[in-house]
Amino acid sequence: MSEQAHGPEHESAHPEAHEGQGVHVEKWEGIWIRISVAMVFVFILAIVISATAFGISVPGASGRMDPATLNDADNPFSQPGLRELAPGKYEAYIVAQTWNFLPDRIEVPVGSQVTFHITARDVIHGFKLAGTNVNVMALPGQVATLSATFDTPGDYNYICHEYCGYVSGAPIGHHTMYGVLTVLPADAAEATQSTN
Amino acid sequence: MSVQAMPAIGIKEQPLPAALTAKDLKTIDRIAGINIVVAVLALSIGALFGVFQGLEHAKVFNIYPFLQPVIKTYYQGLTLHGALNAVVWTTFFICGFFTFVFPRSFNRPLRYPWLSWVAVITMIVGLVTAAVPMLTNNATVLYTFYPPMLAEWSFYLGLTLLVVGSWIVGFNFYFTYYAWRKENPDKRAPFLALAITITMVMWQIATLGVAAEILFILLPNALAPVLGFPAPGLDPLLSRTLFWWFGHPLVYFWLLPAYVSWYGMMPAQTNGKMFSEPLARLVFWLFLLLSTPVGFHHQYADPGIPEIWKFIHMVLTMGVGFPSLITAFTVVASLEIGARARGGKGYLRWIGRLNWGDPSYAGQNLAMILFIFGGIGGIINASYNVNMAVHNTMWVPGHFHLTVGSAVTLSFFAIAYWLVPKLTGHKLFTKWMALAQVWTWFFGMLFFSNAYHTLGLLFSVPRRTMLGEAPYYDSAWNPQMMESVLGLVFLSISATLFFAIMLFTWIIPRKLDKPIEMPVAEPLNPNPAPKWLDTWWPWLNGAIALVIISYGPMLFQLISNMTTWSKGIRVW
Ligand code: HEM
Ligand SMILES: [Cu+2]
Ligand SMILES: [Cu+2]
Repeated sequence: MSEQAHGPEHESAHPEAHEGQGVHVEKWEGIWIRISVAMVFVFILAIVISATAFGISVPGASGRMDPATLNDADNPFSQPGLRELAPGKYEAYIVAQTWNFLPDRIEVPVGSQVTFHITARDVIHGFKLAGTNVNVMALPGQVATLSATFDTPGDYNYICHEYCGYVSGAPIGHHTMYGVLTVLPADAAEATQSTN
Repeated sequence: MSVQAMPAIGIKEQPLPAALTAKDLKTIDRIAGINIVVAVLALSIGALFGVFQGLEHAKVFNIYPFLQPVIKTYYQGLTLHGALNAVVWTTFFICGFFTFVFPRSFNRPLRYPWLSWVAVITMIVGLVTAAVPMLTNNATVLYTFYPPMLAEWSFYLGLTLLVVGSWIVGFNFYFTYYAWRKENPDKRAPFLALAITITMVMWQIATLGVAAEILFILLPNALAPVLGFPAPGLDPLLSRTLFWWFGHPLVYFWLLPAYVSWYGMMPAQTNGKMFSEPLARLVFWLFLLLSTPVGFHHQYADPGIPEIWKFIHMVLTMGVGFPSLITAFTVVASLEIGARARGGKGYLRWIGRLNWGDPSYAGQNLAMILFIFGGIGGIINASYNVNMAVHNTMWVPGHFHLTVGSAVTLSFFAIAYWLVPKLTGHKLFTKWMALAQVWTWFFGMLFFSNAYHTLGLLFSVPRRTMLGEAPYYDSAWNPQMMESVLGLVFLSISATLFFAIMLFTWIIPRKLDKPIEMPVAEPLNPNPAPKWLDTWWPWLNGAIALVIISYGPMLFQLISNMTTWSKGIRVW
């Protein structure tokens, strides 16, 4: 905004503007309003582009499941863990409960694509795979599904990031609830595969 | 409620304007004072827990073993911190501030002065009712109380009373507004009174969500064991959705009172004028319109809500950024007028001529500066897929300590620096302490929030977690943790100063140099705003319509598919 933006002489420039129903808008103000509107649209556009072109998206509608049935023999969550669907393609069934994840260790070879199915047994938990965009709430009654591809070997913590309780003095609680997903380098992966 | 200007030519006699007497003012000021005492006490305890939490996270000092048996866990303290700061400090301060300003702005007594007593008493009874279970570790559910975690029934009852009390504050304003309008059919409602009323109406719409959650879901489940009927069970996703219907406009309920001051008062504290009064009104109307239909931006990471709804709320969220962008311009322009009137020159050099020597001015200006960072962070959070990188990490507390914890709280501190001397008739104790207070808060929050933003973004450090005891604690976090401790040092000093200033101003009767007037910024342009900016029905109906469109279909689906699988449990 410049000094000329609102001097008194500028004021008297459009006295008639105030009589009608319009809002009198100063020059720089008008420019700023246009910039603001443009910014809002640019933000929205940027999100649309990143969502469509790069497939970065958020969890959507998913299945529902009575938490009381999680241990039933025909329920996939009764055997939580990793399953190989095809070479390099896995699915992981994960149960969040007070105060751990089932399972709390997962190993996949580098380059794998993993589809996570996550639900909660009791209260609301969270699931964030540190350093990635895999980030979802685990709600009792809902199954969240999302997938990710792991191209960098290493350990990734999955951490419960929603408060889920803690009893004073107990050895475990919300803050101890986490698991580790290990992405094995190519040679190590072959070794585990053959011992399986 | 559609209060329209009535036609000037009517058959009915215009009622005579009611005069604002010294007696009216005394009642109003007493009620405002009570509200502010409660607010300051709540903040003092709340901030103390904030410091404890920060020290625990940085592994500097874990105080919780020493707080036994009074405070059982970190999370009980965190519940108190969230509730006392974000709910009690804000709501009581806002109701006190508004009760003080509103009748003065109309220059008319409240329609029913006794109703203000009913309001403040209801709020205090609610506060005490909710405080008992929180202090006895029977409501360690954090201030968002997501079920199936279930607190003792009195916690929900207390919250309900607190909200109902704040509604009554609003009702009194609506009655007063209506009476004023009858007496002044052709006038424009003064900006301050209008902005306050809009804020309260927005709050009314917002709180319907949480009211439904408490009355239909939480209280029936919490009362079941007490009254001996079987617990009906509950749907966690439906509950969360109703909560976030309320949760986002809640943040505007905190912010708009600061905007009331930034637009309508603060320019007068630096010899400025309201740059564009009609635009200021438009901004408040836009907040009424857009504050509520955006709640799914808090549920981007929730399963069970189709992406399309998250997307729609994302677009509306970007829309609600628009009035804040306008504010950035208009408020700065208003201040610039003041700085130039004070002899300021140049493109940016005028900034130095603002009224920095007055803590009440300086505090609000510093609040605005932090809000720029808060606003940028907010746009990032709202960005849907980018949100996945930071959702529920330390980034989030980093963000909202800039917004509610600084833009709002620091503005309220600054407002208190003229309001409390005005209410007590005592000179501020002291100007220099108050200046030190606002500057230490500014730097404290700058370091603290910068550290937490970074921890969340770089290391995915989770929020709401007793990190010092977490097995995954990583020494790579140390630099940021140390930065946060630097912030904590400043913040501890600042919070102590604030409490001391309030206490000493109250109890030490130093004589005022000159009587204090409520600052009211005059519009630069004396012509009245156009009528459509003083007319309720398009905005109010628009707001209701937007809520119905953006929430109706999803809520209908959630309610018709509602499950009762989950039973309330206690996990603390
Ligand atoms: C002395 C000043 C303050 C300090 C040092 C402080 C510090 C903290 C810390 C360390 C957390 C915990 C983060 C976590 O574990 O997730 C937190 C949470 C929070 N703070 Fe503050 N805070 C301060 C003032 C405030 C103020 C003034 C407000 C609001 C008016 C506020 C509102 C909140 C809220 C709403 C939470 C989230 C609670 C939850 O996750 O349930 N804080 N604060
Ligand atoms: Cu958990
Ligand atoms: Cu929000």
